[in-house]
Amino acid sequence: MASETIAIHVAPSPHLSDQTFTTRRMMTDVLIALLPLMVMSVYVFRMFAVTQLAICVVACMAAEFVFVKMRSKPVTLNDFSAVVTGVIIALSLPGTAPWYVGVLASVVAIGIGKIIFGGLGMNIFNPAMVGRAFVMIAFASAMGASAYINADGTIDAMSMATPLTAFKQGGMTTAILDLFVGVTNGSLGETSAFACLLGGGYLLYRKTAAWEIPAGILSAVVVISFLADMSGGFGGRFVLHQLFGGALLFGTFFIATDPVSSPVTPKGKWIFGMGTGSLIMVIRLFSGYPEGVMFAVLLMNAMTPLINRWTIPKPTGVA
Amino acid sequence: MGLFRFKGFPGKGTFPHGIHPPDNKFFSADKAIEVLPTPAKVILPLLQNIGAPCEPVVKSKQQVSVGELVGKGKSFVSAALHSPVAGTVKKPVMVTLPNGRHMKAIHIAADEDQNPGQVLWNKLSAKDWPTDCISIYDPATISKVIHDAGIVGLGGAAFPTHVKVMPDENKMIDTLMINGCECEPFLTPDYRLMMEAPGAIVTGALLAGRAISAKEIIICVEDNKPLAIERLRQITAQTVIRVAVVQTKYPQGSEKQLVKSVLDLDVPLGGLPSDVGVAMSNVGTIAAIGMAVIKEEPLTHRVISVSGGGIANPKNLFVPMGVSIGELIEYCGGLTTDAARVVSGGPMMGFSFSDMDTPVTKGTSGITVLTHEDVERENETSCVRCGRCVDACPMNLVPTKLAMASRYKDPALALKYNINACFECGSCTYVCPANIKLVQLIRTGKQQVAAMNK
Repeated sequence: MASETIAIHVAPSPHLSDQTFTTRRMMTDVLIALLPLMVMSVYVFRMFAVTQLAICVVACMAAEFVFVKMRSKPVTLNDFSAVVTGVIIALSLPGTAPWYVGVLASVVAIGIGKIIFGGLGMNIFNPAMVGRAFVMIAFASAMGASAYINADGTIDAMSMATPLTAFKQGGMTTAILDLFVGVTNGSLGETSAFACLLGGGYLLYRKTAAWEIPAGILSAVVVISFLADMSGGFGGRFVLHQLFGGALLFGTFFIATDPVSSPVTPKGKWIFGMGTGSLIMVIRLFSGYPEGVMFAVLLMNAMTPLINRWTIPKPTGVA
Repeated sequence: MGLFRFKGFPGKGTFPHGIHPPDNKFFSADKAIEVLPTPAKVILPLLQNIGAPCEPVVKSKQQVSVGELVGKGKSFVSAALHSPVAGTVKKPVMVTLPNGRHMKAIHIAADEDQNPGQVLWNKLSAKDWPTDCISIYDPATISKVIHDAGIVGLGGAAFPTHVKVMPDENKMIDTLMINGCECEPFLTPDYRLMMEAPGAIVTGALLAGRAISAKEIIICVEDNKPLAIERLRQITAQTVIRVAVVQTKYPQGSEKQLVKSVLDLDVPLGGLPSDVGVAMSNVGTIAAIGMAVIKEEPLTHRVISVSGGGIANPKNLFVPMGVSIGELIEYCGGLTTDAARVVSGGPMMGFSFSDMDTPVTKGTSGITVLTHEDVERENETSCVRCGRCVDACPMNLVPTKLAMASRYKDPALALKYNINACFECGSCTYVCPANIKLVQLIRTGKQQVAAMNK
């Protein structure tokens, strides 16, 4: 009856799309997955974590707003990617880092890490890691191993060296269980292996993170640390220490899996993961730094266009 | 679903990648096929198939009877056209088909008091289809009858069937695969035909198998159609035909994917199933072969589903070619106020159109009327290279890269990423979280490639 008043429009096929999974939903998934890490960081580091998270998130959103306005592009804050970057920066910093470190890391992450390349999806490097690398070099004292220790504070965890620094200096001293639960010193989000596994598991379940990247990293780390374990005669404890200590799991599930700066094909993701895992172990075992996740990810980010070129899949029907 | 079991075939019952959109068959799956009352006129476009158009052999004011030849194929890859009604030929008209082709069409005004549709449907759905004595039919004759009956692929592509189903000494065909997957959401004509006229499908399959000397005949059905599978299993029990139950997944009904699922063979890129010894036809096409050879009826009618949330009473109909789509919609109670898009075919690969006078052609498998909710999509955002399109692409391509090549007008890059392997199933666009119109961009990219080669 109403057929005269119905507006029929045309468009090319396909006429359906899956609206349950959008870019914003992906970012929300990451934030949900980061929740256990945020909770754990607030539990262990109290106000240090709260302040750092607030600073970085606000700074990232402000930076995104300003830089996007400068390019006269529509504001993209509602894709939540700036919030994700902010949370990841905060969780990768020591709680003691002064406010300007967090702000500068955020501004560099968004500005130089992302917007300069053309915004979300165009950047080569993981923005959060660009920001963190910048402040790590610019403020070595606020970011170095000693910065993690806040001896006169009231927080137990911060009275001791980070597990990997302690390892560099005097062998494994941290109990594996402590590493797993997370009551150790370290960057805000990295201490609890359990929280990382919980959040990471959720990302993999949602398929927001590709499973090939964590699988590649973890298998490379396990193989290399197993060799080191055998040669040192640690009976497997070294492997667990490497897996649960430092930023490995945090980086594996939340930083290396950034889709923008990692390869697009499953095979490429495997190569990326194995490369990242190997570089982490090389830096951890043979360099002056106790931890290597950040540099490993950034190096592999630089390799990504090349990996993409190597791994153009063969179409079905090509022998 | 849950019913999936795949035994006795080399393949796994599934192919790599693909997507799982809601199948939405519930609108029309349980509606028995109704015969549409004879319309007052039919409009028969002169090109309803892949290949060359046909030439009219009737003149204005001429009287034609049901099944009379009105158009003759001009070349080998072409198909004849027959009148679905008794009536008078009028002046030719111009029509635009949903796929955008504009062409001449034969206009026939139907006589009153006739119901050829019912007569044909009774023959098609009869229980008297033979499964023995098929050997009395000569392979070359079967192929000729198919040609003369104007049969084309009824699954949607409308490729002239006699080209596929003919004895050929150069290309040995081992297996005849009959495609009853119907992987497009909403569509149900093949399902209803398997339910209500399985006899015609079985006889047609035996005839087509004989025409190409196939050693094996397999009817392939997705596992979301358990009743049709049961019915086909019963009726094929005493024959050489086997039923393969494949996983419900889009685009399972695509011929290369189906060959992979069932036989685990890879059709070479740019090749045809015949390159790996397979001939494939849709169940409706096969039933039409049965009708042509056994009952001597040319292809003048077909089963169509009119479905979707935008139609008042979804139905499956047996309709004459050339009836206007608006008439079908009216017969199904009209559009609902929520209707947003009318699609010829299914929602993944079908063509949307707005002119309700558009006639049904041999390749029209269904009319899907989508609602605002169905077609709504959020604004496009940036590609975050998540790789979901890569995981969805049944041809193992990198859609995001192809789309980028198209956007930046770089046909060389598009070729490097094998753009021509894309058969435009739309899986990439369906899954893209950034709502990028990937397959649409890829189509543009193909044109850029073609322009570069000129």
